[in-house]
Amino acid sequence: MESQSVILRVNGPVIFADHMGFAGLGEQVDVGNEKLTGEIISLANDVATIQVYEDTTGLKPGEPVVGRGEPLSVWLGPGILRSIYDGIQRPLSKLHDFSGTFLKRGLSTPGIDIEKRWAFTPRRSVGDAVVALSIVGDVPETELITHRVMVPPRLSGTLSWIAEAGDYTVTDIIAKVATDKGEREITMLQKWPIREPRPIAKRLPPRVPMITGQRVIDFLFPAARGGACAIPGGFGTGKTVTQHQLAKWSDVDVIVYIGCGERGNEMTQVLEEFPVLIDPHSGKPIMERTSLIANTSNMPVTAREASIYTGITMAEFYRDMGYHVAVMADSTSRWAEALREISGRLEQMPAEEGYPAYLASRIGDVYERAGRTEIAEADGSTREGSLTIIGAVSPPGGDFSEPVVTHTKRFVRTFWGLDRELASARHFPSIHWNTSYSEYDVSAWYVEHAELPWTELRDRTRALLKEDERLQNIVKLIGADALPDRQRIVIESSRLVKEAFLQQSAFSEVDSYCPIEKQLAMIDTILTFHECALKASSDGKPVHQILSAPIVEEIHRMKESIRSDELDRFNEMKRKIEASF
Amino acid sequence: MSTESGRIYRDLQRASGPLVVVERVTDVAYGELVEILCGDGTMRRGTVLDISTKRAVIQVFEGAQGLSLRNTSVRFLGKAIEFSVSPALLGRVLTGGGRPLDDMPLPFEGETRSIYGSAINPIDRDYPMDVIETGMSVIDTMNTLVRGQKLPIFSGNGLPHNELAAQIARQARIRGTDENFAVVFAAMGVKNDDATYFRNELERTGALANATMFLNLASDPPEERLVTPRFALTLAENLAFDHDYHVLVILTDMTNYCEALREMTSARGEVPSRKGYPGYLYSDLAEIYERCGRVKTAKGSITQIPILTMPNDDITHPIPDLTGYITEGQIVLDREMHQKGVYPPINPLPSLSRIMKDAIGGERTREDHPNLANQLYSSYASVGNIRSLAAIVGAEELTDSDQRHLTFGDAFEARFVGQGRDERRSIETSLATAWELLGLLPRDALHRVDPEQLDTYYEASSDVGEEE
Repeated sequence: MESQSVILRVNGPVIFADHMGFAGLGEQVDVGNEKLTGEIISLANDVATIQVYEDTTGLKPGEPVVGRGEPLSVWLGPGILRSIYDGIQRPLSKLHDFSGTFLKRGLSTPGIDIEKRWAFTPRRSVGDAVVALSIVGDVPETELITHRVMVPPRLSGTLSWIAEAGDYTVTDIIAKVATDKGEREITMLQKWPIREPRPIAKRLPPRVPMITGQRVIDFLFPAARGGACAIPGGFGTGKTVTQHQLAKWSDVDVIVYIGCGERGNEMTQVLEEFPVLIDPHSGKPIMERTSLIANTSNMPVTAREASIYTGITMAEFYRDMGYHVAVMADSTSRWAEALREISGRLEQMPAEEGYPAYLASRIGDVYERAGRTEIAEADGSTREGSLTIIGAVSPPGGDFSEPVVTHTKRFVRTFWGLDRELASARHFPSIHWNTSYSEYDVSAWYVEHAELPWTELRDRTRALLKEDERLQNIVKLIGADALPDRQRIVIESSRLVKEAFLQQSAFSEVDSYCPIEKQLAMIDTILTFHECALKASSDGKPVHQILSAPIVEEIHRMKESIRSDELDRFNEMKRKIEASF
Repeated sequence: MSTESGRIYRDLQRASGPLVVVERVTDVAYGELVEILCGDGTMRRGTVLDISTKRAVIQVFEGAQGLSLRNTSVRFLGKAIEFSVSPALLGRVLTGGGRPLDDMPLPFEGETRSIYGSAINPIDRDYPMDVIETGMSVIDTMNTLVRGQKLPIFSGNGLPHNELAAQIARQARIRGTDENFAVVFAAMGVKNDDATYFRNELERTGALANATMFLNLASDPPEERLVTPRFALTLAENLAFDHDYHVLVILTDMTNYCEALREMTSARGEVPSRKGYPGYLYSDLAEIYERCGRVKTAKGSITQIPILTMPNDDITHPIPDLTGYITEGQIVLDREMHQKGVYPPINPLPSLSRIMKDAIGGERTREDHPNLANQLYSSYASVGNIRSLAAIVGAEELTDSDQRHLTFGDAFEARFVGQGRDERRSIETSLATAWELLGLLPRDALHRVDPEQLDTYYEASSDVGEEE
């Protein structure tokens, strides 16, 4: 490679280099004597603008810049799960070996261990026709996930050789494919440029809910597998706790958790908690299905920009294997701010609030990588995979009219708006029922999988909350006492919905995860109470007697007092309610 | 970076605001430390902000005021700005740029480090778990401070944030242990009397021997404010992670720091974002606030209490807003409480300690602590609504439960939030007071505490209903 290229100018994380005619836009480069990782973000004549993923202090004009001949890419192969990476897929444990407790720069290390041997079992034989993403063999990656070794995208032909079962490294050749352009070798390792979505042959509509065990989400505003969701909220409204809850309990196969420009101690909490927390669906530690990217707020801002793409590309790889994958990005605002910072250094004309004009299209690019897909084998059989993206947004001052939230709203279909007032009253999750929405239609799934009628219960609950919202405006003026009996019952029942149902403690052993059956039984109980109370009231029973019935207290405590494995007790409770009035 | 020192260039090409430009330089690195020798023989320091083959843009810490383009020479030192740190700096008073203010020379011993530090590898962090008992009920019970946490005080002009920070520094104690404790105090652009107040407070209680003060006063150059917290934190990291000290870092006032940053970036002609602050204010603040915590390789810890005054008491202003997104909670002072005569005037509702949940309860404090804290939040939140209702319909029209909430609200502010400036309450005392106050409320209004906890601790107050 030509290496006449030299640094012309250094301005923070952005540098300019001369004699870069050979290089391509997006190419990865080694910058300076310490070989810091950088990426070419624009080319003009012979001068390249490069963003550097590490601290640039000490770089001098005249130091060399060397192109690596390929765009910024991640390594895909077994070993991604259970790993903890920085924003450009360097394993943090390797960084620790290199520089100890405090991060130093200039370490170039692959995201996948090239010496580790994995047990490969072939699933195809010589002569089989293969197409892009055909599975040629299996590797047990963790206790939960079997890694599928796939033919890379855009490659098809006939299998001309395949390795026997045995232990191989990721760079060993394990299969050969005869194509019309000659024989191609396949290893367990693939490289993929992070900014380019992996190709999708066929998209399926997102109609299957991603069950999270969080009542306000599953019951009121469900996420769909393959959907795009946003959690906006000011600081202290519980974005991170909600993201952690989703990462812990969602019924997906693989989780990629991206800590993008957030707190160091929060990442530490994830690192300490995930290896010991048990997934209720599989009974194994959730770390067995998780890959973490920790690019904390004080790590280089350019790597923060890359971290979202790094995470999504790894997630797409598992989606292609036929897994349901969820990506949690906390927080996309920090990523957008990284775009803003770099754009400012490039002296680009700012649009809203200093963000570059391309902010909206970048946000769109990210969320559009979500989807539920069908992958076809050469023999016509298919498998399904999905990639769900859940992005936290941290709007300045909790103001949902700022650019990142408004642009995000255009590309997501589930919106969980966190509310400061609920958070102040320690009502968590503070997802507000009036500002949130979900456009995913998952009702057909519920008809098939749940005993109680989800759609009907949901409609009734929403109507009740809507009426309550209207009444609360009056209560603020004249107090609840002055309302007619019927309306007082509406207010009390809504209070039960909010406090006994929607409120859910992430730190409670019993209530942290609530299965669908229990969710529906709980809301059914509350709505039964509501009906019975209305009836009793119209029969002439005084309202204070109805509202002070001991059963109200019991309903308040049911989320903790009735465990998920004793759902029969809800029937008992319903009988009690009917008997009470 | 080159180790040769003393490449000297004469003549500046341009000087404006805090910046000077030197042309035709060679072998100069980004971020390099520079000494500027003025015609009158004084020396200033700066760093290289932008370097190209043609010229170096230098930010001067003391400002470019008074520099002439001729008669000034610039020496590139071949290294980034550094500070020689060791525990021998305890007991000293320094400028915001790390030079002695107390007529004594800097200690000889010490390890030379870049003041910009480097990020802690997330896998090497240890999660903060040890409760710091501050002796203030509302903090210990509802916003518990944990060793290794960064918990800022959001205040306003004229509110007693200095008294509060000094009281925390004085009273802070880890439950059950007595280890090496040190205070690092960094003042940025504060008034002379504020600095004197802290110095006297530390002296009065004998804490000065274990404290280092970095003072950049309002009259000192704003350029220096940008390095003051970094000098302080470089020392704090040395004390905590090399010498096993538990360090409490007080940074005041972060608003002045951000103002200085805005001044500097606008002088550089950078594209501004919200309210004229640079787009990277978040990253810049994070570089400061994240130098905090505990690591697996050392026994010590850094706990940060940054103080900032919210312009116009506006919590959505970029400075408190971005701070809140980085720090692990916040303690918010409230003007109305202050006017009512409550000290400390902490409004619990917008206040928060993010990492208290893992540090309290069971063996760490007491099993009812988490639920009790939630109950206090929830009950006090409804007090606000009931108060506004009472203002419209009159207190007589309220239900019995609402009236009892009003009584609770007043008592809570006076007896629980309010306490003496030298009063030190144990966590047990605070929890007991909290239960006593909850006794003012009907038992069936308390949904956040378990029935068993109610059985153990709840006792309906006898004087309920007699008030008014």
